[in-house]
Amino acid sequence: MAKVTFTLNGESITVDEPLNMRFLDILRMKLGLTGSKEGCGEGECGACAVLIDGQLVNSCLLPLGSVEGRNVMTIEGYRKTKRYKILEDAFIEEGAVQCGICTPGMVMASESLLNQNPKPSEKEIRIALAGNLCRCTGYEMIFKAVKRAAKEGEGLW
Amino acid sequence: MKHVIPKTYKEALEHLSEGTYKVLAGGTDLMVKNRSWSETPARFKQDMLYIHNLDELRYVEDKGDHLAIGALTDYETLLRHEAVPKVLKDCLIEIAGPAIRKVGTLAGNIGNASPAADGVLLLYLLDAQLVIERKGARREALIDDVITGPGKTTLSNEEMIKEIRLPKSTFTKTQFLKVGGRKADAISKVAFAGAVRIEDGIVKDLRMAIGAVNVTVVRLREVEKLHTGETISAVQDSIVSIKNAYVPHIKPIDDQRSNRVYRKRVAFNMIEDFIMNMHIQD
Ligand SMILES: Cc1cc2nc3c(=O)[nH]c(=O)nc-3n(C[C@H](O)[C@H](O)[C@H](O)COP(=O)(O)OP(=O)(O)OC[C@H]3O[C@@H](n4cnc5c(N)ncnc54)[C@H](O)[C@@H]3O)c2cc1C
Ligand code: FES
Ligand code: FES
Repeated sequence: MAKVTFTLNGESITVDEPLNMRFLDILRMKLGLTGSKEGCGEGECGACAVLIDGQLVNSCLLPLGSVEGRNVMTIEGYRKTKRYKILEDAFIEEGAVQCGICTPGMVMASESLLNQNPKPSEKEIRIALAGNLCRCTGYEMIFKAVKRAAKEGEGLW
Repeated sequence: MKHVIPKTYKEALEHLSEGTYKVLAGGTDLMVKNRSWSETPARFKQDMLYIHNLDELRYVEDKGDHLAIGALTDYETLLRHEAVPKVLKDCLIEIAGPAIRKVGTLAGNIGNASPAADGVLLLYLLDAQLVIERKGARREALIDDVITGPGKTTLSNEEMIKEIRLPKSTFTKTQFLKVGGRKADAISKVAFAGAVRIEDGIVKDLRMAIGAVNVTVVRLREVEKLHTGETISAVQDSIVSIKNAYVPHIKPIDDQRSNRVYRKRVAFNMIEDFIMNMHIQD
C-alpha cells in the first residue's frame, strides 16, 4: 500500500492502495466511479479511457503508481461540462449510441481530440477514435456525431 | 515486493542501484504482460519503480547535430514535434491508438525488445544512440549494440535509458511499411523502414531496416555501404545480389500472427520495392 495523490474531476484526492493496482479498478471499485468500462483489459478497446492532463489514456493499462500528481478526468466529471452536453446531444442526434458500453470511452476520445483540434477532418476523427472499438454502431454515426459536435460547439473547444 | 514512486530521476537511479527493480514507463507492455484477473493488481515478478511522474525525462531538444529525446517522452508528443523526422512519425502514427501513444515510449519499446517492435525498427534506421545511466556512471551505445535478442538487451539491472539521440540526416526518400492485422493495434507481421539520399543521380546514403523477420531488427550496414556512391541504375541493377545478401538474415518464424513463408515473401518484396523506386519521390 502506498499513498498516491492526484486530481480527480477537479478535486484533489489521496488513495492508499497497492501501486500495481489498475487505475480502472481504483475508479470502479474503490471510488465507485463505474462510468469507465472494462472491455478487453489489454489496451485494445478504449472502453476504459479517461483523460490524464487532458489527453486520452486507457485506465486498464495504467497502474495506480503512474497517476501520482496527475490531473484525471473521468466521464463522471466530464458530464458536468458544457462540452459534454454538446457531445451528448450530437451522439443522440446521430444515433451514435446503441448498447452504450463503448460510449464513455468514445466521448472521452472525442473530447481529447476536440480539445487538441477543434476542427478535425474526417481522417483526423478516424485517427483519434482508432483505439476505441464499438460492436454495435458501425462507427459511421460516431464519426458524424463528432463532426456535428465540432460544429454545434464551435468556440467551446 | 517493493513498489516505489521515485520523486526524482536521481532517486530512481539510487533505487536501481540496489539491482532488484524494474522500471515502468508507460506500462503498455508491462501491464499487458503481467496482467492478472480483472479487478486484481498486475502480477509483477520483481520490485517495481513507477517512473511515469518523472517529467524531467520528458523533453525533445534540437542539439544541432542531433535530436535529444528524453526517455519518458510519449509517442503523441513526438508526433506533434516539428523536429521529429517524418519517417519516424510515419511509423509512430501506426502504433496503436492515441490512448496507448499518450503513454507509450521509445525507451519502453527498446526495453521490451520485441523483434516486431516498430519504434525500435526506426531507431535502427536512424542510427539512434542511447544514453544509458546508472548511479555514478554513464555510457552511450548504438541501438544495434543494446538489443541482443527477443526481450534481451545489454541493459543491466542497475541501468536505465535516460535519453535517445537521433543524429541529423537528410533523405530524398523515406518509407515505412507495416503489415499487420487491424490498423490501430496490430503487432507487425513484417515491417520495413527505408531511407535514401540521392544527389545528382548518385546514392549517397542508403539504409534499410526490416522487423519481425529475425531475433532482432535486420539492418545490413555492409550491404548498404557497398552500394553507396553508386549511381541509381547501378544499385537497381544489383537488386538480385542485394536480395541475396539478405537471404541468410531473413529468418522469420511461424507464430499466431503469421507464418514464415508469407513473412519472407513480403520482406523481400519490400526490399525490392524500395530499391526499384528509390528515385521516385512520393
Ligand atoms: C493495444 C496495444 C497496441 C500496441 N501496438 C504496438 C505497435 O503497433 N507497435 C509496437 O512497436 N508496439 C506496440 N505496442 C507495445 C507498446 O505499446 C510499445 O512497446 C511501447 O513502446 C512500450 O512503451 P512503455 O513506455 O509503455 O513501456 P513499459 O511497458 O513501461 O516498459 C516496457 C519495458 O521497457 C523497460 N523500460 C521502460 N522504460 C525504460 C527506460 N527508460 N530504461 C530502461 N528500460 C526501460 C521496462 O522495464 C520494460 O521491460 C502496443 C501495445 C498495446 C497495448
Ligand atoms: S478495457 Fe482498457 S482498452 Fe479495453
Ligand atoms: S454502442 Fe455498443 S459497443 Fe458501441
